[in-house]
Amino acid sequence: MTKDKAYEPFEVDQRMVAHSNYWAGEMGSRFYITLRDKKKILGVRCTKCNKTFWPPRTTCVFCFSKLDELVEIGPYGTLETFTLVTYSEPVHPRKAPFVYGIVKLDGADTGMAHFIDEVDFNKVHIGMRVKPVFAKEKKGNILDIQYFKPI
Amino acid sequence: MSDRVAIVGIAQSKFSARRPEVNYAEMGYEVIEQVLNNTGLEMQKDIDNSISCSHDIWDGQTISDIGITDVIGGHLRNEEKVAMDGTNMVLYGAIGILSGEFECSLLMAHTKMSQTNRNIVNNDAFDPIYTRILGFDYTSAAALQAKRYMYKYGITQEQCAKVVSKNLANARLNPSAHNMGEYSVGDVLSSPVVASPIHELEIAPDTDGAVAMILASEKKAKEITDNPVWILGFSNCYDAHYLGDRDLADYMSLQKAAQKAYNMAGIKNPRREIDVVELCDAFSYQELLWSEGLGLCGQGEGGRLLDSGATALKGKIPVNPSGGLLSGVPENVAGLNRAAEAYLQVKGEAGEHQVGNVRIAVAQGHSGFCGQHHCVLVLGKE
Repeated sequence: MTKDKAYEPFEVDQRMVAHSNYWAGEMGSRFYITLRDKKKILGVRCTKCNKTFWPPRTTCVFCFSKLDELVEIGPYGTLETFTLVTYSEPVHPRKAPFVYGIVKLDGADTGMAHFIDEVDFNKVHIGMRVKPVFAKEKKGNILDIQYFKPI
Repeated sequence: MSDRVAIVGIAQSKFSARRPEVNYAEMGYEVIEQVLNNTGLEMQKDIDNSISCSHDIWDGQTISDIGITDVIGGHLRNEEKVAMDGTNMVLYGAIGILSGEFECSLLMAHTKMSQTNRNIVNNDAFDPIYTRILGFDYTSAAALQAKRYMYKYGITQEQCAKVVSKNLANARLNPSAHNMGEYSVGDVLSSPVVASPIHELEIAPDTDGAVAMILASEKKAKEITDNPVWILGFSNCYDAHYLGDRDLADYMSLQKAAQKAYNMAGIKNPRREIDVVELCDAFSYQELLWSEGLGLCGQGEGGRLLDSGATALKGKIPVNPSGGLLSGVPENVAGLNRAAEAYLQVKGEAGEHQVGNVRIAVAQGHSGFCGQHHCVLVLGKE
């Protein structure tokens, strides 16, 4: 076989598919069950740092304390940033165009990334007050909040 | 034990949108063969440690260095992989030499972005419990960061677009680049909006390619070359994972990494002492934001720094004279390419995109969406 002889490149077609079930942990389990059954959003509080985190977690990133004080946050919140997405991918739960935003729920010090809907795309703005729309049919994931919409 | 670590040679692919004629091992071998030839080193005799940098999901195999073990000299020898940006591989390789365990290490970063869908690959970077199902990828996450940054500091769309004009013009002088041209701010802003405020031309394109580099202890380096490039400082730093955990317009982790790297290198005034910067502009706005994090200007002043012309090819602190990631550099390879370009600048071997006499060059890399993790390297002549 000569080295510089041209050849036809050959591609091997592959598809990786895995259906996974991830344990949500203590905080995540309490969060999702409360969201599903009571339509309430939980965060976790660090009393030492006086911070409330979403998503709820077991360790404070600042002081490394073990956290266990779950508190209700929201449901109203303020839009911190947003983007209008114009492309679609199979991993998107909805078709473009759609808006993603980060919502800082009242009482929380960190934001929640989610969809923003029921709004004129041209009128979405940072500082906009929003509230969650809960899904009618609960699936046990973050889309149990279907999206946030302006108050 | 070595007191200092030097870069003694590099080799880079001609980056392309697609390299169908080689698999990733063959693509890696091209640059390994070249760097060994350039330095006159032999794999069995001289190289005592091999490190690769890529990403399992891009490569399509877990522990994907299995696919390049042979070409990097890892067969029945030690070989490791860094699954983060390539700057981290330089840091990791340098530490191995400083520890006294190794004398001469071969680094190689490779990725073929053409093989799969970047948005689906990068969706896997988001935590599976709260975020992944929403469909985020690096572009939509970056758009949230760009919007926040522009809102908080009054950075304009024109300033972001100007980064593209500058870098794609610089890329015309770089023989490794594949994405280049003369684009006005208007051209950039009239390209389609992908995720507002980010336009198509503001996103680093899909690219295939590899970069190799050889690090050596002080003693070994002086045997190999009369003018090695010294790694004077390095550091890295993580920030929080969740998109809502930090103000995306800030850059605490980059600031901390830069400060530590500068301290190690004895740099007190980065604006005066740094001669050139190669940073990861995966999206246009990132060049402005990372310039701030690297201390080239004050907070919120990235746009003004660019407008002043300081970061232009012949400016006071040129940023990305190579054309940066916008000129077409694969993910994972980006940081090693930054370090290789910084090396060429210090050597005075950057050819047409050489910025003049360079005493100190800085390379920055980041891993994860919105620059969650940063690594900063300081390279110099002495």
